Amino acid sequence: MEKVLEVKNIEKYYGNKSNLTKAIDNISFTVEKGEFVGIMGASGSGKSTLLNVISTIDRVTAGHIIVNGEDITKLKGNKLNKFRREELGFIFQDFNLLDTLTAYENIALALTIQKVNAREIDKRVNAIAEKLGIKEILKKYPYQVSGGQKQRIASARAIITNPKLVLADEPTGALDSKSARQLLENFEFLNQKMNATILMVTHDAFTASYANRILFIKDGKIFNEIIKGNDTRKQFFEKIIEVQTLLGGDLNDVI
Amino acid sequence: MLFKLSWNNMKKSIKDYAIYFLTLVLGVAIFYMFNSIDSQQAMLQVSQSQREIIKMMISMLGFVSVFVAVILGLLIVYANNFLINRRKKEFGIYMSLGMGRRQISKIILMETIFVGIISLVIGIVVGVFASQFMSVLVAKMFEADMSEFQFVFSGDACIKTCIYFAVMYVAVMIFNTFTVSKYKLINLLNAQKKNEKVKIKNPFLCILVFIVAGVMLGYAYWKVTADSSSLNTFDKLLPPILMGIVSTILIFWSLSGFIIQIVQKMKNTYLKGTNMFVLRQINNKINTMVASMSVICLMLFMTISILSSSLSLRNTMGRELVEMTPVDLNLYKTANLPETYKKYGREIKTTDIQREDSKLPIEQTLKNNGLDMNVLKDMVEIPIYASNDLTWSNFLENKLEQIKAKFPMLAYDTAEQIVKISDYNKIAKLYGIDEYELNDNEYIMLCDFTSMEEVRNEVLVDGNNSLTIAGKQYKSKYNECKSGFIVMSTSHTNTGIILVPDNCPLTDNMKEMHFLAANYNDDTEEGKKKIEELFSKDDSAFIQSLDKKGLEIDGLTKTRIMEGSIGIATIVTFIAIYLGVIFLIASSAILALKQLTDSSDNKQRYTILRKIGCDEKMINKSLFRQIGIFFGVPLVLAIIHSIFGIQFAIKLMSGLASEKDLLPSAVATVVIIGVIYGAYFLATYFGSKNIIKEE
Repeated sequence: MEKVLEVKNIEKYYGNKSNLTKAIDNISFTVEKGEFVGIMGASGSGKSTLLNVISTIDRVTAGHIIVNGEDITKLKGNKLNKFRREELGFIFQDFNLLDTLTAYENIALALTIQKVNAREIDKRVNAIAEKLGIKEILKKYPYQVSGGQKQRIASARAIITNPKLVLADEPTGALDSKSARQLLENFEFLNQKMNATILMVTHDAFTASYANRILFIKDGKIFNEIIKGNDTRKQFFEKIIEVQTLLGGDLNDVI
Repeated sequence: MLFKLSWNNMKKSIKDYAIYFLTLVLGVAIFYMFNSIDSQQAMLQVSQSQREIIKMMISMLGFVSVFVAVILGLLIVYANNFLINRRKKEFGIYMSLGMGRRQISKIILMETIFVGIISLVIGIVVGVFASQFMSVLVAKMFEADMSEFQFVFSGDACIKTCIYFAVMYVAVMIFNTFTVSKYKLINLLNAQKKNEKVKIKNPFLCILVFIVAGVMLGYAYWKVTADSSSLNTFDKLLPPILMGIVSTILIFWSLSGFIIQIVQKMKNTYLKGTNMFVLRQINNKINTMVASMSVICLMLFMTISILSSSLSLRNTMGRELVEMTPVDLNLYKTANLPETYKKYGREIKTTDIQREDSKLPIEQTLKNNGLDMNVLKDMVEIPIYASNDLTWSNFLENKLEQIKAKFPMLAYDTAEQIVKISDYNKIAKLYGIDEYELNDNEYIMLCDFTSMEEVRNEVLVDGNNSLTIAGKQYKSKYNECKSGFIVMSTSHTNTGIILVPDNCPLTDNMKEMHFLAANYNDDTEEGKKKIEELFSKDDSAFIQSLDKKGLEIDGLTKTRIMEGSIGIATIVTFIAIYLGVIFLIASSAILALKQLTDSSDNKQRYTILRKIGCDEKMINKSLFRQIGIFFGVPLVLAIIHSIFGIQFAIKLMSGLASEKDLLPSAVATVVIIGVIYGAYFLATYFGSKNIIKEE
């Protein structure tokens, strides 16, 4: 299989000598094309930092991140932006839609800044909207649609550029359970039918259960890894809960 | 504790709202500068007649200052309210910590006092220094001697500035207390979370309103330019002005919706780079501040119109002045004084000496009263005739009814002045203006006062207007008024002189006055000044001799006219610059504040843009365009307004300002506006860029 993402011994330190926080402490893993990988961990475990360095929003202290054969820790300035624009798609917890733009425009924006021509944009936006079932709301503004719809608009924007890797940061964090389920089904759809590679950060076991593989992070290190394989989602969910209990440091710390 | 909080808050806000603070300082400084004119050094150097003009200017400036204070007061209340509202979250935290509304009011009160005092002090210091420069400018305008420089501080202006601004700040405090009293904790804490509702307007309604506004504006423009002659009374002037205001508001209401509709149709433009983001941002901004945009546009319009028409007035006056004052001295004296006449409603009895003298030419009177005739050269004296049989209404007889309907205010029973052609030609030759020729049965109407010329031409245009002068019929030689004048003036103000052939049977009884024009017989400025004093100083032997006999000779001198005219032009220019600059900084400040606060509100949006891959160049470009359009839209509309407004203003000041002088003054206006508006624009752009920068 083709390696889309290769993370090699990355470290990220915050603070100064006297008060050093290791947000990421020597993490390595790979993601292959077409995978749906979940990253789980409690708050403060370093999972968001991990996502930030992969998405080039933040920089690593040491180590390498290779996306599609290119070492992104070496990229700078406009090359970084170009990389972000063309190789990555983002789905954020709080949707990050521009509230002054309609759904159509929000989705199209990802393409206009890549200087795709107008006719092509129109075609692609309509096509993806159809697939994600948001064709009817394309003319609406974000505040006129539900949370689930917003998240689907955000998903459409993330994958319309055909990115190598879609990064999702707590995508269900702001949704009610029904919308969350719908969104995750959309993710499954993106992953299975549209062959998108997804890396999703979450602390929610139910959300994570939609992934094929889950990495658990604790105190900046990979603590465990489980693979769905041929399990049903329910079985996989139970496995996740098991690991979470094991991982749930709170109780251990008390003892 | 409260003191410390307020002090720190203010230090924080000075950094954040530097533009607001600078505007306050600028406002104070300008206010001080214009109110300190009287005590400036240049004023101590000017001549007596100029001093009187300056007195007039000071009282006018005082009046204008009240108006300026109102404008600045509104700006301060608006800006302050705006800034306070942005700090809801902060106040929410204070309140959740148990602080009462009263204490919050106190914090704001103290902040206002700090900001007020500091801006006042800095403003006055800036104003004191800037007024030294203005002193030089004033001196140049009045041509005063500024060889010894002297630093001047005006206590009166300082106190006045403090009082005016104190009143403004008190108004702000009251307003703030009122605002705070309406706060609810829950709304304060959630203020930032509140999702901004995008105001959506019906696109078709937008297009419709835009078209209606456009048509209305077009009609108002037509009314004040092509159809301006119908606007002869104030109440007729009101509808086009109101239409202009209403259509300005409607245009801002519908503009962005209209433009979005159009650009959306042009897919290639719309779906290119950050264009749609920029458009939507602008749309949102203009939609949420229709009222302020309209006010700003109208203020800019006034700035442009006031500045360019007043500068043009000054240029025209300067140019015409030279043309209209060809000799050093004009003297005139009433001829054929009756035994009694009415003056200011009072019956005045004349003495024998006065009646006797009124029959003599001026030259004789001068000699009789001991004036050394060698002080004058190039002397020309002519009689001017008039008779009650020939008044303006007699002249306009053919079309009197129509003209009276159109110009009800004219003094129709004024007697026409009549001059023999050879007499006039003597004067014309001395003045270096056009001389005329006449056949026996012809007359010429000389008139160069634009509005009167228009009236007279209505009857002359047919070419067959005839008049009875001293029992004889005369026909107009031309079918229009000719230019020319006898009495010197600041500009073209001759309302009408009828030239008749020399053989016209005018009798001595019909003489209305004697008129004499001459130059001073001296080549040096010093010598001319001495001669002028013979005619103007109360203690000269000649004047005393006249006074003793109760005789009166009126006169005009080139110097007097020059000084008076420069003075009036200067007053107008000063007031125009004063008002113009205040309007300009007020509108720029509102735009800048709105944009800066928007930038910090919309920081999130730029973060999103960055996250989806926009590079800094793209983001800065989109920001630049946004601010450019935001500042540009009201300016462009204001410029269009002024193109028509100025034309009307020039017509209104008929004769005083001419379109010929418009170009240089328009250029000067553009420079003034470009510098101030441009500075605010750049400051806003760099400020915004700083705000949206990622930490």
